[in-house]
Amino acid sequence: MAEPEPDGGRKTEGRPKRVGLFVTCLVDLIRPSVGFAAAKLLEDAGCVVEVPLQSCCGQPAFNSGDRATTREIAEAVITAFAPYDYVVAPSGSCAGMLKTHYPELFHGDPNWPPKAESFADRTFELVSFLVDVLGVEKVSSRLDEQTPPRHATYHDSCAGLRELGVKAQPRKLLAGIAGLMLTEMRDPDVCCGFGGTFCVKYADISNAIVGRKVDNIAATGADLLLAGDLGCLMNMAGRLQRDGKPIAVRHVAEVLAGMTDLPPIGERSTGRRPTR
Amino acid sequence: MTLRATSPAFKENVREALSDVQLQKALGGGLGFTEQRRRAAEKLPEFEALRDSARDIKNHTLAHLDLYLEAYEERVVATGGQVHYAVDAEAARTIILDICRTAAAKTVTKGKTMIAEEIGLNDFLEQNGVVPVETDLGEYIIQIRHETPSHIIAPAIHLNKEQVEEDFRRVHTHLPPDRNLSEPATLLAEARAILREKFLAADVGITGANFLVAETGSSIIVTNEGNGDLTQTLPKIHIVLATIEKLVPTLEDAAQLLRVLARSATGQEMAVYTTLSTGPRRPDDPDGPAQYHVVILDNGRSAMLGGEFQDMLRCIRCGACMNHCPVFNAIGGHAYGWVYPGPMGAVLTPSLIGVDQAGHLPNASTFCGRCEEVCPVRIPLPRMMRSWREREFERHLSPATVRSGLAVWAFFAKRPRLYGLATGIAARALSLAGIFTGRLRWLPLASGWTRYRDFPVPQGATFQSQWKRRKR
Repeated sequence: MAEPEPDGGRKTEGRPKRVGLFVTCLVDLIRPSVGFAAAKLLEDAGCVVEVPLQSCCGQPAFNSGDRATTREIAEAVITAFAPYDYVVAPSGSCAGMLKTHYPELFHGDPNWPPKAESFADRTFELVSFLVDVLGVEKVSSRLDEQTPPRHATYHDSCAGLRELGVKAQPRKLLAGIAGLMLTEMRDPDVCCGFGGTFCVKYADISNAIVGRKVDNIAATGADLLLAGDLGCLMNMAGRLQRDGKPIAVRHVAEVLAGMTDLPPIGERSTGRRPTR
Repeated sequence: MTLRATSPAFKENVREALSDVQLQKALGGGLGFTEQRRRAAEKLPEFEALRDSARDIKNHTLAHLDLYLEAYEERVVATGGQVHYAVDAEAARTIILDICRTAAAKTVTKGKTMIAEEIGLNDFLEQNGVVPVETDLGEYIIQIRHETPSHIIAPAIHLNKEQVEEDFRRVHTHLPPDRNLSEPATLLAEARAILREKFLAADVGITGANFLVAETGSSIIVTNEGNGDLTQTLPKIHIVLATIEKLVPTLEDAAQLLRVLARSATGQEMAVYTTLSTGPRRPDDPDGPAQYHVVILDNGRSAMLGGEFQDMLRCIRCGACMNHCPVFNAIGGHAYGWVYPGPMGAVLTPSLIGVDQAGHLPNASTFCGRCEEVCPVRIPLPRMMRSWREREFERHLSPATVRSGLAVWAFFAKRPRLYGLATGIAARALSLAGIFTGRLRWLPLASGWTRYRDFPVPQGATFQSQWKRRKR
């Protein structure tokens, strides 16, 4: 499949694509296995994956109105990822920040706009990168050794859906996994109530929103909830667990990479390190 | 002075709304409008192109608003009407009261107008001996309850029919107490019979306007009940109350906007009634008012022209943004604390009453982007909410705890090496804290999270430190 997006004018034919993995601060801290799953999926698709030193995309500052801090962070991220053909993040929210909001930060600046634009052009959310850019049709992961078959439902995280058009791609790859059945929940495209700092600043509203979300999840009868953003997943998992609803919650990359041997989000660790 | 805002008490409003069983029941089923809008949009192949065109018409008009206002006024005068400009709410109220007094008006019927809410017109008229009667069913219900609208197109959406029945029995005491009011149709019939008398008795009719057409001097209202038509044709005097951004250049432009308005609002192709009024009754007209007045209110809008929030003046008040807003659907409209709720209110309210009053509103958003996705005139609502947050941050209006937390976080986020050390320690500590459960029910500094949700503990070392080890 041809590449629909420019890769910053870099020639990648004849050599493996060099991908800088933007792991996201939540995956880095809370759930490294999502980072390893992303790396595995990218490497299986023929990419060379590297992880430059990084902290966060800057959304906490950006969404709190602190533009100066956001810009400093954006400059550091753009510089750190300058050497790579592509920048890939296992999060629609962070990838959306990098791709759609970074260029806005430099309007009117004499030097940064071309760098920010080139960076934005090369940046992708993980699953849409696999499908839309690398042309991946099917992943090797399977779940049919498990009985009964896993019954999953997929939540569309807002930024991935509306800023980056991530909707069909994860469903396409999930449909190819033997032993996995997907049931759509009511309003899969309605926010889960996470919203970054919103979920603690307006905890009461956030709780009301996630309450409806977990009702819709539970109504599907699924025993596995998937999404592409760890923030949303932690929010939904945290509420499902508080309510005592026995639904496993995972990042979609873990299932696509066949890394479901680790405990789901918020379940007890077996003490093992994620392995490849 | 405009309607008093309770927006500074947003958080208390929210707590009340969330614990209001009736309200939560009314909001619980969803408003039903979202699915209807989706179907209406899908049925019209040119819907997306129409949204572009609607945006362009409004942008063009706002860029030349002075010219179109002048042209509109000229046409209104030429058709025998009068135009009054009101710089603020007080000016508008005074103009309207003067017109009522000149006619020795005792009662005024009103079609649905949010601008009247904005200027607190009903209370003012009542205090001055003129009885206002709301004729839109939803507005009538909230008027007898002494409430304000909770939604700009569905003002009584926060109520259940049992509450309405109770109110009708309380207020319509001249009717037999054993009458059946258990069905929406019986409630409607009772309101209809009562309002019919009011229409016939009214001295003045006040309507809002969805559009003012510069080309013809016409005002256009859309309703589903026909109450607007009776309000504006039966009394001797018709007052149109509108704001400056309702202007459109031509009838053709208005027609294009009408094609996106009802579809975005309720999913209807057109509202049931689309009514144009142009001047007072002409000699050969079968009916119509003897006097035709247009009160054009500014109330802070002209200050938005040419600024960061000008795009907000494109709004055609369809309500799609609030119908699709997860926050609005959780708390309803009253919690926002002023006239305009939901995402459009979160942007417009700070512009009109000040961000120091309405600072919570643009912050109480998850930035899910659904409002912008459905806005018929493509207003970048999340971007403008963020602009308000930036102004609050610059003016040090955001809470001190938020600012200091952000400063500590920013110190580390700007220094990835130090950040790695700090998160490494945090990851270890948290994973130890939750080693037996995999999650925490309480977390210092994050009680907003753990009040309602468990917090998953980290798997162990951070990704970056594990990745480094893997690479060796």
